[in-house]
Amino acid sequence: MSVTRSEYCVVACAEAWRDDGEILAAAMAPVSSFGARLAKRSFAPDLLLTDGEAMLVGLDGEAEGWLPYRRHLTMVTGGKRHVMMGASQIDRYGNQNISCIGDWSRPARQLLGVRGAPVNTLNNPVSYWIPKHSPRVFVARVDMVSGVGYDRAADAGATRFHRIPRVVSDLGVFDFATPDRSMRLASLHPGVTVDQVRRATGFDLVIGDDVPYTREPSAEELRLIREVIDPRGLRDREVGVR
Amino acid sequence: MTPDEVVGRLRSGMTLGIGGWGSRRKPMALVRALLRSEITDLTVISYGGPDVGLLAAAGRIRRLVAAFTTLDSIPLEPHFRAARERGAFAMTELDEAMFMWGLHAAANRLPFLPVRAGLGSDVMTVNPELRTVTSPYEDGETFVAVPALRMDAALVHLNRADRLGNGQYLGPDPYFDDLFCEAADTAYVSCEQLVDRFDADTAPQSLLVSRHSVTGVVETPNGAHFTSCAPDHARDEPFQKLYATTPWPAFAERFLSGKSEDDYQQAVRTWHEEQR
Repeated sequence: MSVTRSEYCVVACAEAWRDDGEILAAAMAPVSSFGARLAKRSFAPDLLLTDGEAMLVGLDGEAEGWLPYRRHLTMVTGGKRHVMMGASQIDRYGNQNISCIGDWSRPARQLLGVRGAPVNTLNNPVSYWIPKHSPRVFVARVDMVSGVGYDRAADAGATRFHRIPRVVSDLGVFDFATPDRSMRLASLHPGVTVDQVRRATGFDLVIGDDVPYTREPSAEELRLIREVIDPRGLRDREVGVR
Repeated sequence: MTPDEVVGRLRSGMTLGIGGWGSRRKPMALVRALLRSEITDLTVISYGGPDVGLLAAAGRIRRLVAAFTTLDSIPLEPHFRAARERGAFAMTELDEAMFMWGLHAAANRLPFLPVRAGLGSDVMTVNPELRTVTSPYEDGETFVAVPALRMDAALVHLNRADRLGNGQYLGPDPYFDDLFCEAADTAYVSCEQLVDRFDADTAPQSLLVSRHSVTGVVETPNGAHFTSCAPDHARDEPFQKLYATTPWPAFAERFLSGKSEDDYQQAVRTWHEEQR
């Protein structure tokens, strides 16, 4: 059976936590959570995971520690955490919005609110997982900066612990490894073209001459995804075919 | 005390802190008592859930201080959204950590505490009153000076409490209810069960709230409904879904027009029986 798009996405999310060591891998959505678990089951065994509430748990779900919200916030500011958040909007410097669409004082669409995006982005590595790459999400300017991007962090003198290692979408992997810290296409998922990414992005991406493909999962990784981590195939509900 | 007696101590225009988190262990019976009263024009400080939604739908909020408002299993709170989209109240939108340190500052009688959160984000833009502070030490780093979130009254819900106001949580997370009580001039604890005393084998670290920070106690079994209150009761997901999908006037008429918390609990039981 060939590798599906959603499986490339799980692998691409997992790679965010490579070499992170003994830190909390926090993820908000199914595919990013599967990525964290794949990383812990294979190349990053020291990662910490939570049950989504107040406990630190091992891969079997057994509790190994306590992490209520107030201690979770210390983990954020202490830096021993790499979170993969979602984004309703994201721009070329990695500014992210989950608060509202339109004018903040009277929004056209109220969303969650900034939540912990400001504290996350200034204190521990923050990556993003975006299941449907479109110009509505990848915008020239976000309506409300919740997660801080590279330009805003620099303007505020708040770069000390600011880092956005990667953005993963259903089309590819993106990073900010450019001189001015603007978003770059780092790899395409197999089956996706550069043109397709360009059309789905509302700003000019930095695109090299020879964009690599997202790496293939190993046979063992595929077995883990299909048989152990996500046997019900929830990954395909989050990543549509297109 | 009864929920209505608690609300009898509150006044319109007050700054009110509400404990719990999202759709978790909210003092919902006290919020429902607020809805039965004429109290309005409130500044509400909350890790927002359906407490905010109910008060917003009923038009009782003048200003909301929050980092988010969510129903957890339903990410977006419909009444909070609708109120924001019609410009129904003013808002102080803070980051979660800024919010927590604002509570700490108030509990410690400090005017502010420095946090490395908010800088560079639009939290600074939409709250132009926020100021920064520079470290006097060698690092010279700049922080946001989060102002104290001092409140006139706090409402929290715990699993157990005694008549003096000592409160115990039995679930996995204390949330920030002790801080809410300490940050407020008056604080009211509702509980699933009132106890005469905590016995000798009580885990001491479960005694979250101390009586010195509590003004009144009220026993309200199922009082966090429809939010979760582990281990006493889980979130009532079918009822929360009903709340989120029913037009406000119909929901309020059926469940909130009674004279007491008992009327509400009876209306909920009747609805569940109809669903079988």
